[in-house]
Amino acid sequence: MDIQTLTFLIVGATFAIYIGIAIWSRAGSTHDFYVAGGGVHPVANGMATAADWMSAASFISMAGLISFMGYDGAVYLMGWTGGYVLLALCLAPYLRKFGKFTVPAFIGDRYYSNTARTVAVICAVFVCFTYVAGQMRGVGVVFSRFLEVDITTGVIIGMGVVFFYAVLGGMKGITYTQVAQYCVLICAYLVPAIFISIMMTGHVIPQIGFGSELADGSGTYLLDKLDGLSTELGFTEYTSGTKSTIDVFFITAALMVGTAGLPHVIVRFFTVPKVRDARKSAGWALLFIALLYTTAPAIATFARVNMIDTINGPEGEGTPHAEAPGWIDNWERTGLISWEDKNEDGRMFYAGDERNEMTIDRDIMVLANPEIANLPAWVIALVAAGGIAAALSTSAGLLLVISTSISHDLLKRNLMPNITDKQELGYARIAAAVAICVAGYLGINPPGFVAQVVAFAFGLAASSFFPAIIMGIFYKRMNKEGAIAGMLSGILFTAAYIIYFKFINPAANSPENWWFGISPEGIGTLGMVLNFAVAIAVARVTSEAPAHVQEMVESIRFPKGAGEASAH
Amino acid sequence: MSFESEQHAKDYWRENLRLMLTLLCIWFAVSFGFGILLVDALNAIKLGGFKLGFWFAQQGSIYVFLLLIVVYVIKMNTLDRKYNVHEDHENEEEFEEALEEEFGQ
Repeated sequence: MDIQTLTFLIVGATFAIYIGIAIWSRAGSTHDFYVAGGGVHPVANGMATAADWMSAASFISMAGLISFMGYDGAVYLMGWTGGYVLLALCLAPYLRKFGKFTVPAFIGDRYYSNTARTVAVICAVFVCFTYVAGQMRGVGVVFSRFLEVDITTGVIIGMGVVFFYAVLGGMKGITYTQVAQYCVLICAYLVPAIFISIMMTGHVIPQIGFGSELADGSGTYLLDKLDGLSTELGFTEYTSGTKSTIDVFFITAALMVGTAGLPHVIVRFFTVPKVRDARKSAGWALLFIALLYTTAPAIATFARVNMIDTINGPEGEGTPHAEAPGWIDNWERTGLISWEDKNEDGRMFYAGDERNEMTIDRDIMVLANPEIANLPAWVIALVAAGGIAAALSTSAGLLLVISTSISHDLLKRNLMPNITDKQELGYARIAAAVAICVAGYLGINPPGFVAQVVAFAFGLAASSFFPAIIMGIFYKRMNKEGAIAGMLSGILFTAAYIIYFKFINPAANSPENWWFGISPEGIGTLGMVLNFAVAIAVARVTSEAPAHVQEMVESIRFPKGAGEASAH
Repeated sequence: MSFESEQHAKDYWRENLRLMLTLLCIWFAVSFGFGILLVDALNAIKLGGFKLGFWFAQQGSIYVFLLLIVVYVIKMNTLDRKYNVHEDHENEEEFEEALEEEFGQ
């Protein structure tokens, strides 16, 4: 069977599973819809969180980015896992005990203010839309490469599937579908990695393989070979980076704190029945995420060595283009690889200096990896299904947060307090449907800034939600004036810095012009510090939080009992 | 108040904070310390084919993160039981009630 047919079969089979699960776990009430009825087992919840978290970007782009960034890629690896430690230790158990089910609800009740709630709703919706547009695009890319339909059709098919199970199943449908999607995506990630690790180093475990000696009997370590190749070709050594230490520090911190402040991640810890389970869930989630995140740097290393060897040839003189392997042809057709024969010798050559003749898009590394390593066709089909699973699972989670924020926090709690449970469910479904259409539109007609706004999402979450929630739990006296002033100054500062360097004056976006050498990707960390400082200063000069709020904070600090929180 | 006394509540919270801060120090040390600030110094040491600083940045810190959460879960469960504030069946009923109160039924 050819790759095309196999891909159709495998992707079709996974779609059938997702839809089957959606029908089986249909949401009957608002609490099924919002928090899956609250009865999700910590292991299942961990898997769902992991699938929710690992987006098309993690699956498709991350290893490619690391492959091109070398050591600097660690900002993503540590940034997107370290946040779970903060979640488990500082947020999840307390938010679970608090007994409300969305982030805006916590902010609104803890700071006894509808203004704070509305600010939180706006941030949540903005962060989620930013993200979801990128996911739909990811679905489109996978469809267009492997199923040879155009991107628009790809996005519409993806929208259709998400629409079906998110609108019908709500959180309950999404959670159980995500468990299935996690299994698909992790297999799709690990299988080629294991194959390649065995081929290159003889080790079954890729995490060990990429730090081992090459299997060709030369006795050289893989990473030493790559360092050697990199310097020879005019790149920096693979195991040392090009970013300044302060920038790596700030970007890592912004991603970690941003992760712990993202509403679609936090909401996961409301779906388990106990505080104990909320702690445990974070552990399971990180375990499932770590499986992919520790494999990614291995894939990055294998892919880079393989790619350089294939293009430059074993002797390092360049492979004649006429003899190029099929994957180069395939990807040249999508425009993601291009070759310009500068010295007119008919041979391709890849380097970091003026000898270079190749333009290679970073996003193709994971998708092309099995082809580069000559793996069987079913592995390639599996990778396509994995990429789609990653994109769909994340979009569904985000869409749900959007619809909950609108139907519950904005309509039910703010504008239309008298609607019935049934009407609210109806509004939630309408909101989800509208959100899917907007996301699909953004996926088909991506605004030029989709890639840039990812920094925005993390920066915003880091500089707004995280400090507000942390102080809500650990600083009893924090009042609404302090929290609102803190959130606003954090967001405005971060947004202004990013907008200036990314949109208003992109030409100035270079280390000489950055404050203290911090890039826009890392500025959320400074925004967070500012948020804490402003909030504490303002809280000092205004009256402390009312007694009933302080009592409520006391009561979320230990697991036992209902806590006064849900009583008002 | 579910604690036996004010003092118990204070002690519980202090022990909780101490555990949290200890674990966060380790969290900071392996990622920001070994993986970023000290990376060049540690790169002088080799762990198989890995330079140690590079290994911490791309592998080691993630394993330590996992370990930290496991230790936290175990220690907190012990602490909850020591102060008799762990959850019981009542909690599950209350969770149901909270759900119904929030969303109606």
